[in-house]
Amino acid sequence: MQHVSPIREPLVTGGKTYADITEDVCRQVEAKPNVRWMMALGVSLVFLGIFIYSVYRTLWFGIGEWGLNKTVGWAWDITNFVWWVGIGHAGTLISAILLLFRQKWRTSINRAAEAMTIFAVICAAMFPVLHMGRPWLAYWVLPLPNTFGSLWVNFNSPLLWDVFAISTYFSVSLVFWYIGLIPDFATIRDRATGPIARRAYALLSMNWTGSAKHWSRYETVSLILAGLATPLVLSVHTIVSMDFATSVIPGWHTTIFPPYFVAGAIFSGFAMVLTLMIITRKTFKLEDYITLEHVESMNKVITLTGSIVGVAYITEFFIAWYSGVEYEQYAFINRATGPYWWAYWSMMTCNVITPQLFWFRSIRRSLTATFIISIFVNIGMWFERFVIIVTSLHRDFLPSSWVMFSPTSIDVGVYVGTMGLFFTLFLLFAKFFPVVNMAEVKSILKSSSGVSHTHHPEASMHGTAPKNHKHD
Amino acid sequence: MTSKKYILGVFEDEDVLLNAIESIRAAGTKIYDVFTPYPIHGIDDVLGIQRSRLPIVAFFCGLCGTSFALWMQIYMLGFDWPMIIGGKPHVALPSFIPVTFELTVLCAAFGMVITFFIISGLRPTLKVPVMDVRSTDDKYVMAIELKEGTDINKLNDLLRSNGAIEVNEKEVVK
Repeated sequence: MQHVSPIREPLVTGGKTYADITEDVCRQVEAKPNVRWMMALGVSLVFLGIFIYSVYRTLWFGIGEWGLNKTVGWAWDITNFVWWVGIGHAGTLISAILLLFRQKWRTSINRAAEAMTIFAVICAAMFPVLHMGRPWLAYWVLPLPNTFGSLWVNFNSPLLWDVFAISTYFSVSLVFWYIGLIPDFATIRDRATGPIARRAYALLSMNWTGSAKHWSRYETVSLILAGLATPLVLSVHTIVSMDFATSVIPGWHTTIFPPYFVAGAIFSGFAMVLTLMIITRKTFKLEDYITLEHVESMNKVITLTGSIVGVAYITEFFIAWYSGVEYEQYAFINRATGPYWWAYWSMMTCNVITPQLFWFRSIRRSLTATFIISIFVNIGMWFERFVIIVTSLHRDFLPSSWVMFSPTSIDVGVYVGTMGLFFTLFLLFAKFFPVVNMAEVKSILKSSSGVSHTHHPEASMHGTAPKNHKHD
Repeated sequence: MTSKKYILGVFEDEDVLLNAIESIRAAGTKIYDVFTPYPIHGIDDVLGIQRSRLPIVAFFCGLCGTSFALWMQIYMLGFDWPMIIGGKPHVALPSFIPVTFELTVLCAAFGMVITFFIISGLRPTLKVPVMDVRSTDDKYVMAIELKEGTDINKLNDLLRSNGAIEVNEKEVVK
């Protein structure tokens, strides 16, 4: 039974069969690593080295190695934290929210996007932990019975909410990702020829057989996890925004922050997914699975969320004026025309103007343009957090304590270093794990491959005539 | 050490498979299990698989998370070591919502997934548990348990007449 839509573009091109999907995805897991991958890993490891050195300096000499001062107590660290957490949000959006909306195009990109989520959250977590100054005491953020007079943590503080939100988000995303990986690990296990590979993937695939009963439960579990992850992902960036919004600093104390941060997070996350997927599809020859249709769909999400972010910037400015509070008004005038005007206008250009180019279909479907714009969006979103944090702090209520912030080389090193950490993890994932969810792509193949002939015509000849069955 | 024998029918098309399941079950033969490379919609109905009760597990685990989180925060800040923070009451319920929500989600997700692993027998092992390795690639495999006195040829004919491209025998040692 076929459902070939004359309107919708196929999601899997090239007339693939089920066996082709297995072959195409398992190829790079089974083959020897290629030169391009090795080179990329080499570069990432250099950056990871920079990260380790910068963290060593931070731990050994203390956070005085960073450019923070008494007025600007939060700068690059929290900027990077929010930036990385935001990037992570696209993975959950693709795997959970698009699952609930029954968007089939998510199937070939959800695996890599979820991996990106997990690695981005790992990078994000580095910053608050390092900012503590004494990370070996990081367990103090947990409500543990202690010897300091059973003084508990402060549950009224958004910083503590963050501890719970980020750790729940990380563990639930990890579980969701792993559940999806189990059937694909089983496929690799059953194809494996070497004893080490077979044992490793047997351990990872958790005894999976593909039994109909297990699939039935698996689908239920995925649906419920998606239902849980959807409010979770919205709560995470809401809580991150409350780190700012519940304080009384002009420029931070606004009710618009939660939705504005969530839209910005999805915006930057999709940009990062595009950056990664455009490289991955080329390197691993997955053009038939990650098609221009996928790129276009993601670009549409970028246009939508980018526009929401743009409207939020303007609303924020308007409300600052309309509130009549002179400190609030000054904070915004200072953002746009003060000493950090260049950061503000970089943010405006990258986040508000560039995504509007995607209204043109030819730009939406151009890989080069998409790649360049996705980088611009990521730069813009970094500046957004920098602008919110540093420009609101550097000129506080007392003009005598007004300062400028400048990062040290260690600040830069930790930030650039987390990119090394991120890409090292992503490259290892891309080599040893299936980058495309084989089982899910197989499940949409019949309806979305654009091939209208029956997969094996001879099978139905000596079988009974196909009757109608319920299909999704 | 007990061993069980199974007859495996290999199918190449999901619609043929669904029809075969229906007619084989109608003929009174019990199907042990069907192994497929991806979830097939409609297979639950024809195989008579009950709807999973895992959502109920998730609900009650979530409820445990909610209760635990509320108890923890109310006990710690309200009774064990009360402090005035920002002029709020000791038991400031609105600011307990985020942590309560996060623990609800955490407990619901982990409770459900762990239950799923336990009831489905999913655990790390070194052996390859599948009956036919092609069932994780592109074939659908139907297993029928071979009991004492079952006519193998009859099962063979039944599977082939319903569209199986191959029929094999497999012994599984437990």
